[in-house]
Amino acid sequence: MATETVAAEGESGLVFHPFDQFEIKPLFGEIGDPVSWYTISNATFWMALAALCVVLLLVVGTRGRAVIPSRVQSAAELVYGFVYKMVEDVTGKEGLKYFPWIMTLFLFILFSNYLGLLPLAFTPTSHIAVTAVLALGVFIGVTVLGFVKNGMAFLGLFWMKEAPLFLRPVIAIIEVISYFVRPVSHSIRLAGNLVAGHAMIKVFAGFAAIAALSPLSVVAITAIYGLEVLVAGIQAYVFTILTCIYLKDALHPSH
Amino acid sequence: MATETIAADELAVHGAEAAGPGMPQLDVSSFPNQIFWLLVTLGVIYFVLSRFALPRIGAVLAERAGTITNDIAAAEELRHRAREAEAAYDKALADARAEANRIVAETKAQIQADLDAEMEKADAQIAAKTAESQKAIDEIRDSAARNVSEVARDVARDIVAAFGAEADAKTVDAAVDAKLGERA
Repeated sequence: MATETVAAEGESGLVFHPFDQFEIKPLFGEIGDPVSWYTISNATFWMALAALCVVLLLVVGTRGRAVIPSRVQSAAELVYGFVYKMVEDVTGKEGLKYFPWIMTLFLFILFSNYLGLLPLAFTPTSHIAVTAVLALGVFIGVTVLGFVKNGMAFLGLFWMKEAPLFLRPVIAIIEVISYFVRPVSHSIRLAGNLVAGHAMIKVFAGFAAIAALSPLSVVAITAIYGLEVLVAGIQAYVFTILTCIYLKDALHPSH
Repeated sequence: MATETIAADELAVHGAEAAGPGMPQLDVSSFPNQIFWLLVTLGVIYFVLSRFALPRIGAVLAERAGTITNDIAAAEELRHRAREAEAAYDKALADARAEANRIVAETKAQIQADLDAEMEKADAQIAAKTAESQKAIDEIRDSAARNVSEVARDVARDIVAAFGAEADAKTVDAAVDAKLGERA
């Protein structure tokens, strides 16, 4: 945000740089330095912060192991119970084996989203590279699991036994296409939501350069920020419950 | 965060080229970095969760469920005991009441017996007194009757003497007695 104001003051007209906040930069060293795969970048920093928050909440927060929990332990148990129940409800008892994986996804996305709402923060989950890896990981993992658990019977997922015989091939083609579109929608939904919200806040911040519009700009930013607080939680939830649904398909491919 | 402010300072130089490529999300050159650190982060989170956090929270929740179950069982036990104690109390109360009734009845009977005995004694005394008094009254009556006959004889003798008739005392007495005897 600092960049916007500086830029706006420096030039005569309105200048918007809504995408500057998504830039990957080395955390140490010069701005123009190349970002190789091992460089410690702002993405590294905010991902590490998310991991640190997970540790603080779920490990440090529960170190008392109290039967009557402290506030932090209570929150940790709440998150645990929320995801545990989601996995159990959607996938059944067999899915609980994969609960730690789903919990990992949920907590990473949740904390990345919320930390990204801090002023001047970077949001790892606003990058398609990150969400695509998450979604592809889920997609590949679930598909492999489906074949390992069910063998060729996993293909029954695409073969609707309830439908009339002559419709089944058509439905199968549609089902296969929709199956392969899953990781695309899964990843773009998350990244897109976050990019849109963060960019919108920047655009409204750019309007603040005009004195007459600045109060309106502040109100709009506040409103969108509130919306983004909702979106951050909801998108983490949506990503997780879709993962659970895909997992359910792998464990019980028959409709 | 610090880098953001640095970015602000150097924007004058950097701004133009940043605006050029469009969305940083589509900058493929940054992908290896992000993917590498994402996998590291996920690995760390998964390791921490599966090793420490989740078993611990699961154990705490199980322990709490166990404690609650035990507490409920204990409460049930206590309630049972309280009911037993109440029943025992009620029984003791009923027993005590019965005992009290028994004592009351016994005492009443005792008092009644005493009362009856006293009554009888008093009746006997009263009867004795009555008999005594009757005797005294009888005596008084007898003596009064004797006095009457004596007075009658004297009066009769005097009357006879007054009329001038000669009569011996025995005849007069016999006549008076005869008359009294008729009256009586």
